[in-house]
Amino acid sequence: MTFLTDFFWGWTQYGFMRTAFWAVLLIGPLYGLLGTMAVDGRMAFFSDSLGHSAMTGIALGVMLGLETPAWAMIGYGIAYALLLTYVKARGAASTDTTIGVFSATGLALGVVLLSRNGGFAKYSGYLIGDLLAIEPGDIAVAAVLLAVTVLFWALFYNGMLLASISAPVAASRGVRVRALETAFSCLLAVVVMLSIRWVGTLMLNAMLVLPAASARNLARSVRQYHLISIVLSLVCLVVGFLLSFAWGTASGATIVLTLAVGYALSLFLRSHGVRREGEG
Amino acid sequence: MRHEHVNSPCGACCTQFKHLTVTLEGFSVLEDISMHLHCGEMTAVIGPNGAGKTTLFQALLRQIPYRGEITFSNAEGSRVGMPRIGYVPQYLAAERLAPASVQDFFIAACSRFPAFLPPGKRRRKAIEEALARTGAQQLIDRRVGALSGGETQRVLLALALTPMPDLLLLDEPVSGMDAEGLMSFYRRLDELRKEYDISILLSSHDFAFVRRYADKAALLDHRLLAFGSPDEVFAGETFAALFPGVAVEGTGKLAGEGAQP
Repeated sequence: MTFLTDFFWGWTQYGFMRTAFWAVLLIGPLYGLLGTMAVDGRMAFFSDSLGHSAMTGIALGVMLGLETPAWAMIGYGIAYALLLTYVKARGAASTDTTIGVFSATGLALGVVLLSRNGGFAKYSGYLIGDLLAIEPGDIAVAAVLLAVTVLFWALFYNGMLLASISAPVAASRGVRVRALETAFSCLLAVVVMLSIRWVGTLMLNAMLVLPAASARNLARSVRQYHLISIVLSLVCLVVGFLLSFAWGTASGATIVLTLAVGYALSLFLRSHGVRREGEG
Repeated sequence: MRHEHVNSPCGACCTQFKHLTVTLEGFSVLEDISMHLHCGEMTAVIGPNGAGKTTLFQALLRQIPYRGEITFSNAEGSRVGMPRIGYVPQYLAAERLAPASVQDFFIAACSRFPAFLPPGKRRRKAIEEALARTGAQQLIDRRVGALSGGETQRVLLALALTPMPDLLLLDEPVSGMDAEGLMSFYRRLDELRKEYDISILLSSHDFAFVRRYADKAALLDHRLLAFGSPDEVFAGETFAALFPGVAVEGTGKLAGEGAQP
């Protein structure tokens, strides 16, 4: 019993844990929401590459002598999203090849720039992130990101959904398919860049993709899809976060494992007929 | 005249293309296409692959730049401008497992109300009524990715009719349907144009269908080579030159037509 009490309440005596917990309550729904469209729009690989190539953004920030590289990263992320959408629209190579090239180049360039003076080790924290390093100011950042994303969803989700089902029908109804895709890429880029310090480039994409991928196994409508994705993301982030504290393990990786368990559970539920409509 | 629009209250409203020209990357895909589509009339665009049928549709949907004019005017002449177009694509891009229902699809297409919120009884009823136009009301909770070819076409057609367009545009509306589904789909189109007095423009490779149901046939190969009743167009020399295996000389009968009921 004391173990459970410790597990659920022991952490509350630490200020940094309380701060991190509030942030988790905000970024859980944020990732759950963004992930639905990232998966629907087949952008999982795109967000992954954004995270990896963020190394270049960090390097730019460091070279410009900024105190925190956040602004340089945001600028870099948006530029990256715009450039990639443009190259994709030109359609010279298949999308995953293009993304692969961009991702590798961005990562390599970042590592070369950051290791110039032989000191990459101090930046390795960006690889796996640290939720416990979250400061009160970050909570405000996460809250703003969530608010902007919810607003974006209220205004543009219908258009994005329609475009993902049929781009020509969307266009015939006045949806500006390309503009929406670009706007969503930029939103995703900003969220990815600002999240990297918290959850790391290697773990971030799993947090974006896994809740939505699990929800997709179970949902029969857009409403269920959102509900399951958001709730699952929130629950797994909280559980993973508390487990990482109890076990003394890296928070990001522990959360990802929790999400993976959630995904396995969704596969199990699906194969046991939770989704029973006429499957055609 | 074969078609007097006896069932049509108007027949005077029309959609016109004048001198429609599309040039893509220096290559002239469509040249100087002029056509007149009356209400309640079904016009079939036929032509070899690569003739510019899809391009014509894209221009009508304003997805690619074009020169020339596309205008609609109603019977009283009180509304003149771009036609309201209901578009039925060949297929959907949704993956089989995509968690979007037919209801979500309709809400996303027809309203500003966010599709991820509970829609409410009134909105759902309106969607059921829209689906009922094509006998698809029982599909409302199915996922769009899991529909069969015929079901997809019925849903797409119901969506294209919401709100009621001036011009219904169908791109090769036969993929993935069996013979029986095909017949009922064509019959449904025939009823719709009479009931709602809309112009229908479709591209088709199914000449037997064109002959049986279309009022006009437009033979397209970058230019408009022939335009008139299907009988006239199929009997013409240009058609015979483009489709030597299909036309039977002199009679205007089509090979393979006997297979149709």
